[in-house]
Amino acid sequence: MRRILLAGGLALAGFLAAPARADVPVPPLGARVTDLTGTLSAAQKDELQARIAAYEARRGGQIAVLMLPTTKPEEIEQYSIRVAEAWKIGRKGVDDGLIMIVAKDDRRLRIEVGYGLEGAIPDSVANRVIEERILPRFRDGDFYGGVRDGVDQLMRLAEGEKLPPPARAPAGRAGAADPTQFLIPALFFVLIGGGFLKAILGRLGGSAATAAGLGVMAWLLFGLAIGVFAAIAGFLFAFVNTGTGGGWASGGLGGGSWGGGSSSSWGGGGGGFGGGGASGRW
Amino acid sequence: MRKLLLALIAALSLSGCGYNDFQRQDEGVKAAWSEVLNNYQRRADLIPNLVATVQGAADFEKSTLVELTNARASVGSIKATPELVNDPEGFAKFQAAQSQMTGALSRLMAVAENYPQLTATREFGELRAELAGAENRIAVARGRYIKTVEAYNVLARAFPTNLTAMMFGYKPKANFAVENEKAIAAPPKVDFSKPAAK
Repeated sequence: MRRILLAGGLALAGFLAAPARADVPVPPLGARVTDLTGTLSAAQKDELQARIAAYEARRGGQIAVLMLPTTKPEEIEQYSIRVAEAWKIGRKGVDDGLIMIVAKDDRRLRIEVGYGLEGAIPDSVANRVIEERILPRFRDGDFYGGVRDGVDQLMRLAEGEKLPPPARAPAGRAGAADPTQFLIPALFFVLIGGGFLKAILGRLGGSAATAAGLGVMAWLLFGLAIGVFAAIAGFLFAFVNTGTGGGWASGGLGGGSWGGGSSSSWGGGGGGFGGGGASGRW
Repeated sequence: MRKLLLALIAALSLSGCGYNDFQRQDEGVKAAWSEVLNNYQRRADLIPNLVATVQGAADFEKSTLVELTNARASVGSIKATPELVNDPEGFAKFQAAQSQMTGALSRLMAVAENYPQLTATREFGELRAELAGAENRIAVARGRYIKTVEAYNVLARAFPTNLTAMMFGYKPKANFAVENEKAIAAPPKVDFSKPAAK
């Protein structure tokens, strides 16, 4: 019995100890430049992001930079493909994403090239960008300069590739939320939520509650003016709309997703990577 | 109305027994496998250039070149087809030949480091980067293939979808051996990138 307990304990200990050597998690993607090492100043980060955002608006392709202390126990190649698969930088179908990963304490870096850019930036060219543009500066301790020059060179190379022009609204979720996207979920909310609230609170009370809910949501998403407008429109619509009533409430359609428009975050557009690119060490 | 209902029930039971999952995942395995083959081909395409470049160096060690030539011959003797995934024996042979090639290439690159006048050339530097890239792509493609096949094989073996597999003759697909994978998952066995000191 004791032996069994001991074995169980050992197994449990092994199980608990396992995460200790777990791989470095992929950080959530919220911005074009993610610096977990605190190497870049805020101004440098902004400058880099502005350059990349300009390229994105011009060409449609996406670029992300990640600086982190270490990728151990994984090799940087293994880690970076996980980042690429999680972040999906680049446009879906065009696959014109680029990711630069710097593992500062490992003294390794890698450029991950999306499928669509493998013609413009073959592995040997990515290698030259690393060797000629980035590493000389990294060896001098100039991380900002190395990343900036590397990103600049990559953008120049990527512009040589014939790819579809950028969409009117840049890929990903850049920019503020679009109020027109709000219309259909709002309609659902008024029809279903409004019907439900009216069934509970009566016609006037229910309509007022619907309007309040809608108004607050619109206010939070788009500001006060649109919020007031939405509240008034919602009240009128809910008050007049008597036909469907409570029947819709149990329909289980569920409200639309309201979360889409967090305005400052930036996300990958669905680009694919196949392990192309190059690594370097300094 | 009744016909519609029957069609609905048929569709539901088909999706319940995993028939559609088999169709989808079978396509996934095919795609993942062709990605593996493409990347092995990408590596193979680099070899003529590599051999030519290396031979250009004065008295380059012959044994590594011979080894590479042999590895190429044994890779060439196996038809790399999409059907290989349904043929465990052929798959194992393919895998053995390719890992022989990996070994021959990494030894060649290691030996090349003894020839500074060779490694200093731009041509060699580019080949080295392309080769490292090919090896990394192979590692990525293999990793994705392994995951895809794992999902497919679970479907083919687990109840109740195994009944569907039996009925339609879907067999588990060949996968890369795990012990082999550990050695291969770290792409450059011999570091292809330039050493830090210049």
